[in-house]
Amino acid sequence: MTGDPLYFDGVDLTDVGIMLIKVLVAFTFLLVATMFMVWFERKLISDMQNRIGPNVAGPWGLLQTFADGVKFFFKEDLRPENADPLVFRLAPYISAVTAFLSFAVVPIGGSFGGGDSGTVTIFGRETFLQVADPPIGILLLLAMSSIAVYGVMLAGWASGSKYPLIGSVRASAQAISYEAALGMATVVVVILAGTLSTHGIVAAQSGGITRWFLISSGIVPFVVFLIAATAELNRPPFDLVEAEQELVGGFHTEYSSIRFALFFLAEFMNVITMSAIMVTLFFGGPAGPILFGMTWFWPTVWFLLKVLAFLFVFVWFRATLPRLRYDQLMHLGWKLLIPLILFWLMFISLKELRATYDWNWIATYGAAIVALATGASLLLAALRAGDRAYREEMEDA
Amino acid sequence: MVDTLVFLVAAAVCLTGALGVILARNPVHSALMLVMTLFGIAVQFVAQEAHFLAAVQVIVYAGAIVVLFLFVIMLLGVDRAQNLELSLLPAQRWAALAFGSGSLVVLGALIVAVGEPVTGAPSMGGSAAGGENVRLLARSLFSDHVYAFELTSLLLVVAVIGAVVLARKPTQSETPVPEERGDS
Repeated sequence: MTGDPLYFDGVDLTDVGIMLIKVLVAFTFLLVATMFMVWFERKLISDMQNRIGPNVAGPWGLLQTFADGVKFFFKEDLRPENADPLVFRLAPYISAVTAFLSFAVVPIGGSFGGGDSGTVTIFGRETFLQVADPPIGILLLLAMSSIAVYGVMLAGWASGSKYPLIGSVRASAQAISYEAALGMATVVVVILAGTLSTHGIVAAQSGGITRWFLISSGIVPFVVFLIAATAELNRPPFDLVEAEQELVGGFHTEYSSIRFALFFLAEFMNVITMSAIMVTLFFGGPAGPILFGMTWFWPTVWFLLKVLAFLFVFVWFRATLPRLRYDQLMHLGWKLLIPLILFWLMFISLKELRATYDWNWIATYGAAIVALATGASLLLAALRAGDRAYREEMEDA
Repeated sequence: MVDTLVFLVAAAVCLTGALGVILARNPVHSALMLVMTLFGIAVQFVAQEAHFLAAVQVIVYAGAIVVLFLFVIMLLGVDRAQNLELSLLPAQRWAALAFGSGSLVVLGALIVAVGEPVTGAPSMGGSAAGGENVRLLARSLFSDHVYAFELTSLLLVVAVIGAVVLARKPTQSETPVPEERGDS
């Protein structure tokens, strides 16, 4: 039997109550975390750039985001004359809702090692510390990130103005391109774990750092996932979607007031969710030593610390890396990341198959090397020819 | 009871979306209505416990194919409401009506005559499989239906190559570029 033990023997009022509490906690956690994420990013960037950053509202400027949020509510809600009224209103909600939904599958706690199955007991019921554990698990994340494209795309189109339209066309092309690499990096993890469920993925990584998929998948999928995730999030250095110098504000140029705030919220929420997903997929989720007492407490602490580390990395990217040019973005995605992760995926699948059916070492890897080398040289030849044609075209222009 | 309710709501969403696709005057609205229909179908899949199909439905159809539709609509600039009367073929309306109601009658007759498994093979996933849904689907796809699967991928490769060949700009040695198009 798979899935949350909460639902094994029928559903009564207590179960519904626990479910509601989980949803409420996840929702509040995301909102508060977003608030602090905005502050964290501004403060960290100003430190890296030798500035002071927000320091007026509250101690160390902690309440700056709260003040900004209140301000957003009281600003005038503008709608351009050429805008498509219905779609213009719909777009911010698509962004915000998908951002909330993706977080539902992330396990945020529970002890997994040594016979524990990652359950905690609330009101006498055993349950997982995650809002939902659907059988499709991680696919929900991919589904939501592909739906999130609509928010950006429709916002740009419905504004009825040229800069948002260009921004949204860029955004959708970028998202579609990097989704393939993101998906295949996830597939590597799914093959190793043998399950799609996020709970199962975390359980498969329990028992020490060497069991984390970061190491047992050979780091490459993680690097690809990190780059593709940054691109999916439209974070620097992949923020061509809202390149100020070229596009004013990108897809949200025409948005103001609380509708703009929803985009802003969704963007930062997605950063948190993506960090949490990376921790789940590659860093053992809430895995970590239980120092003293309270077995339910420490895993959540470790989880939050790991997520914080990734949030730092994303801010660090923004402070250090210059933005890519559009053709460089496409080259990186299609010509480097996708072939690389495709080869890695085949290699990992073969490794797993060999272990399952106990094939001969030399024959398996010999054949694999020959096949992969042939594929790689064909691909390199194709890329070289493409590059030459591209360069000639550029010189002619 | 809940099953019936879910089915009715999802079916209503599907039908509203389907009607919206043909009735909306703006192509972008039509595409959005199509997304609504796809979501309704995904909910139906979940109600049948075919979770994997539901996820793939959303990822592939809603997340990739309709996004491409929208992309093309926006890039070609046909995204404003048009007067469709102008491009009507003679007797197009009547032909469409006849064809539509004809297929409805045929499908209805098929459901009544054949009984339950209208789609041919009995369902691979579904409630019988429970959590092992994905495993069963993969096994059947890569064993019983492996030729069909590989041929489909071949078809997709052919389509991609065809698209590349069609989109390729002829190099200068093949056809000289006219003067006024030299800006590209």
